[in-house]
Amino acid sequence: MWDYTEKVKEHFLNPRNVGDIKDADAVGEVGSLACGDALKLFIKLDGNKERIVDAKFQTFGCGSAIASSSALTEMIKGKTLDEALLVTNQEIADFLGGLPEEKMHCSVMGQEALEVAIAKYRGTEVKVHDHEHAAQEGEVVCKCFGLTDQFLKKVIAANKLHTAEQVTHFTKAGGGCGGCIPKIRELIAEVFHEKVTEVQKKPEKLTNLRKMQLIQDVLEKEIRPQLWADGGDLELVDIAGSVVQIAFRKACAGCASSGFTAKFVEQKLRDLVADDITVEEVEG
Amino acid sequence: MKEIYLDNNATTKVDEAVFDEMRPYFCDLYGNPSSMHFFGGQVQKKVDEARNRVAALLGAMPEEIIFTACGTESDNTAIRSALEVFPEKRHIITTRVEHPAVLTMCRNLGKRGYRVTELNVDSEGRLDLDELKKAVDDDTVIVSIMHANNETGVMFPIEEISAIVKEKGALFHTDAVQAVGKVPLDMARSTVDMLSLSGHKLHAPKGIGVLYLRKGVPFRPFMVGGHQERNRRSGTENTASIIALGKACEVAGQFIDDENTRIRSMRDRLENELLALIPNGRINGGKAERLPNTASIAFEFVEGEAILLLLSEHGICASSGSACTSGSLEPSHVLRAMGVPFTCAHGSIRFSLSRFSTDAEIDLVIRELPGIIRRLREMSPFGREFLSA
Repeated sequence: MWDYTEKVKEHFLNPRNVGDIKDADAVGEVGSLACGDALKLFIKLDGNKERIVDAKFQTFGCGSAIASSSALTEMIKGKTLDEALLVTNQEIADFLGGLPEEKMHCSVMGQEALEVAIAKYRGTEVKVHDHEHAAQEGEVVCKCFGLTDQFLKKVIAANKLHTAEQVTHFTKAGGGCGGCIPKIRELIAEVFHEKVTEVQKKPEKLTNLRKMQLIQDVLEKEIRPQLWADGGDLELVDIAGSVVQIAFRKACAGCASSGFTAKFVEQKLRDLVADDITVEEVEG
Repeated sequence: MKEIYLDNNATTKVDEAVFDEMRPYFCDLYGNPSSMHFFGGQVQKKVDEARNRVAALLGAMPEEIIFTACGTESDNTAIRSALEVFPEKRHIITTRVEHPAVLTMCRNLGKRGYRVTELNVDSEGRLDLDELKKAVDDDTVIVSIMHANNETGVMFPIEEISAIVKEKGALFHTDAVQAVGKVPLDMARSTVDMLSLSGHKLHAPKGIGVLYLRKGVPFRPFMVGGHQERNRRSGTENTASIIALGKACEVAGQFIDDENTRIRSMRDRLENELLALIPNGRINGGKAERLPNTASIAFEFVEGEAILLLLSEHGICASSGSACTSGSLEPSHVLRAMGVPFTCAHGSIRFSLSRFSTDAEIDLVIRELPGIIRRLREMSPFGREFLSA
């Protein structure tokens, strides 16, 4: 069960400002049934059309989506439009005493609905990211949830997200088929001006010492992490010329497909170190 | 708050009689059944008795019962064993609606060079046996297809499936974790090679499972070490839990009729009354043959986690096929495989009953759920459109 704060629970069980405003000045809609959550936000301005005097919402979604919507409407009442635009998704989460990281996308949805509502009211370009709406800005990165690079970069920068997993928690991007995760990593690198780690190129000629170092490097950085993901592991036993002896550990030891794994290790070493490498599985 | 526990496909209460049976084997009768003294020997006798009781529920022979730590271990062991026995064969068949204990295993093997076929289901969650017939070939090493689905309760015809599989010389394994104790099984008349069950789904404790292995079916152990379980599953026996599982199987055998009469009629009443009171609901897999205890109901325009949290306020424990409850972002793979529309998939709730469920509990759900759905629909932009239409 999610570890929701008392404040989240309270706003979910007794949400403030549910409903609609018939003569609303601004309405913002984000999300869709397919996405699993959606928010429709109504804003009423004062006579000078400056300050928000009332805000109401309708939300389709989980407990934290409803609580985030409720929090948002409470936070923006009394603010000018410009002040309201400064509300960040983190502030919505903070208002609720925090959200589980996997649920941060609920706070992002709130902040986004607000931006859409105000942009529509002001007649500026509407930056809607979901695939049910026509207006798109940027290139769609996550096809499952219809999210663009512009939107993702904004959330990455605003929340200082450094892993693809965090981006998924905050925006859902990459949470469907997962096909866009490499692209999300590139966007993170772009935002923080990091260099994307280039695929290692196979060196032309190697001394024996360098070759041994490279084999160890590839095993440590490329191969073992992949085995760990399946609960397995391996140990380097010996390197004799081009023959690499390994012993399987954990789930790989005695695994029905360890023969296949050995082939995988061999191919990886051939790709990244030298073509003549053979891998032998030994007891050790 | 007293719990109204309707989440028995997730786990079950340990029956008091089962707990009484296991209790002495912690502090008093703690001997190791392998020991060469009276103290261990008396535990060995109880383990044998438990094996007989499990075998009796399955219509199996005692030597066909291998105790494991859980359903997942049984599933993993069955598949890995088949691959080791027939290393030259490279094709595995399963279904898109399988439990992760089988599906994740198969998908991982797919990444390691095995050819994996995942059979489709129709909108009611049923298999097309012609698709299986076309898929199974001489390269097929094992077919692993569940007996009953944990989310919808939809049952697959394992004997017909087994006949198709055997014709091609492949092994057939079924994950019967949800079916054992709810529907009768008779392995003596069956052709199924391997079958998994889990203790905590039938009122035994968590941490005990069984792999049924038909006599004569070739096998390679997953856990190796000591001679326990006739070298088929090493590791000192979890004696108290094995003894508990034996008792649980004995009791389950006595309640199988109850399961298919009283419990089934409670489940049917729950479904019928909820559908009568709540517009735009549907039973997932309602037209298929199903377990008697499971109701998976989809309500349009609302989200499952919100329903569960509001039910929980009344002490009602159920579960959901929605994305938000699992931490994943897409609705359950089972509902998606069935093609349940997104408008419904996010709002699917599963109630799963047990012999401890009562009419009063069902009444409470029937009383509270319509208001919860209405409240969430009034809050949902799609629900409001629907309500005003």
